[in-house]
Amino acid sequence: MSLWEYANPVKFLRLSERVLPWLWALAVLCLASGLAWGFFGTPDDFRQGSTVKIIYIHVPAALMAINGWFMMLVASLIWLIRRHHVSALAARAAAPVGVTMTLIALITGAVWGQPMWGTWWAWDPRLTSFLILFLFYLGYMAMWSAIEDPDTAADLTSVLCLVGSVFAILSRYAVNFWNQGLHQGASLSLDKEKNVADVFYHPLLLSIAGFVLLFLALVLYRTGTEIRVRRTRALRARQGAGV
Amino acid sequence: MRALLVRDLRLALRAGGGFGLGLAFFLIVVVLVPFSVGPQSELLGRIAAGVLWLAALLACLLSLDRILALDFEDGTLDVLATAPLPLEAALSVKALAHWLTTAVPLVVAAPVLAVLLNLPAAGYGGLVLSLLLGTPALSVIGTFGAALTVGIKRGGLLLSLLVLPLYVPTLIFGAEAARRSADGLDATTPLLMLAGISAGVLALMPFASAAVLRVNLR
Repeated sequence: MSLWEYANPVKFLRLSERVLPWLWALAVLCLASGLAWGFFGTPDDFRQGSTVKIIYIHVPAALMAINGWFMMLVASLIWLIRRHHVSALAARAAAPVGVTMTLIALITGAVWGQPMWGTWWAWDPRLTSFLILFLFYLGYMAMWSAIEDPDTAADLTSVLCLVGSVFAILSRYAVNFWNQGLHQGASLSLDKEKNVADVFYHPLLLSIAGFVLLFLALVLYRTGTEIRVRRTRALRARQGAGV
Repeated sequence: MRALLVRDLRLALRAGGGFGLGLAFFLIVVVLVPFSVGPQSELLGRIAAGVLWLAALLACLLSLDRILALDFEDGTLDVLATAPLPLEAALSVKALAHWLTTAVPLVVAAPVLAVLLNLPAAGYGGLVLSLLLGTPALSVIGTFGAALTVGIKRGGLLLSLLVLPLYVPTLIFGAEAARRSADGLDATTPLLMLAGISAGVLALMPFASAAVLRVNLR
């Protein structure tokens, strides 16, 4: 019994059908409780007032935007090395979810930035690199939809994802060099004793968990859809050839 | 390799090869800038370095689909793929040919157009040097984009969408170097970073380009 067993689409579908209801339920539970706790159960910030509560959407969305790209990178690598179709389809399925997360992070950031910094947008390194990430997502998705042959598309987008990752990281450091920031440093990191004040920290963790679960559920669900679409197309082609 | 380079250069220079189009585009973009931001020479002088870099980048972008599209259509690429010369080397040569026919004229023309934009006298050296160091990266990255989209009909727009985000680091360091030297500051750091990017993509990008081109030729 190894992980690679689930490279078989049938097994993958069977597993995802069993897991998905739990994932959806857990995601909704975590999101609802995390957001409700965050919105209604935590005090207003001393200086930021109630706007601080955007953190419960902004931080998890930003986190998943980056992790979504990272997941696509891993899936692309698996496709290039082991040529499992499920992996390529998972990368394809993750892109629209990731781009939505990026957009949510950008929009909530603007909504948060307006009262705090007095501006919707600033060419701050973090903001700019997120915008660049958004462009990378767009290019990746455009590449998928431009090519008809699924294997060619999977190969090309995988290489694009690899090259794009290198350039995304390069851009991240280049924009740091180019402009000084308005955005605060990392809000959460594993090696710090204390990240955010405890009152905000626990609901934040809960909503992050909710976003992670939601992302997983969406990607699994969409991968299942992609597999079925591909299967339908294969059946149609076979029928067409038989006539 | 030399034969391929000579062939590409000749094709580009002869009628219908599109040589000079990029240059004309560069000229037009630069001429349009004062119309859009106003003719105050102070303002133009301040943005000249950045505008010239952006215009050069767009002129490079415009000519990218010429690198491979024609050779793809008439089957030259299939011959190249089966030739003893590795495809990586062939693509490097093609990028070099693109650089010689598109980017070098831009670098030569840039100081002349800089006069139109009232670039401060201190900035000329930095501008030419940064373009010289940065444009090879633009050609090599562009070759990757061209190889990626060569199989797609009317892939020009997609090519720009894919390549422009990849151009971001080069543009940042290149324009930063040109701007710093125009302001009379020390531009060594961005120039070194720019050279680093060019060297890095020159070494690594042909492998990615050849990989996607092989997929497209399959």
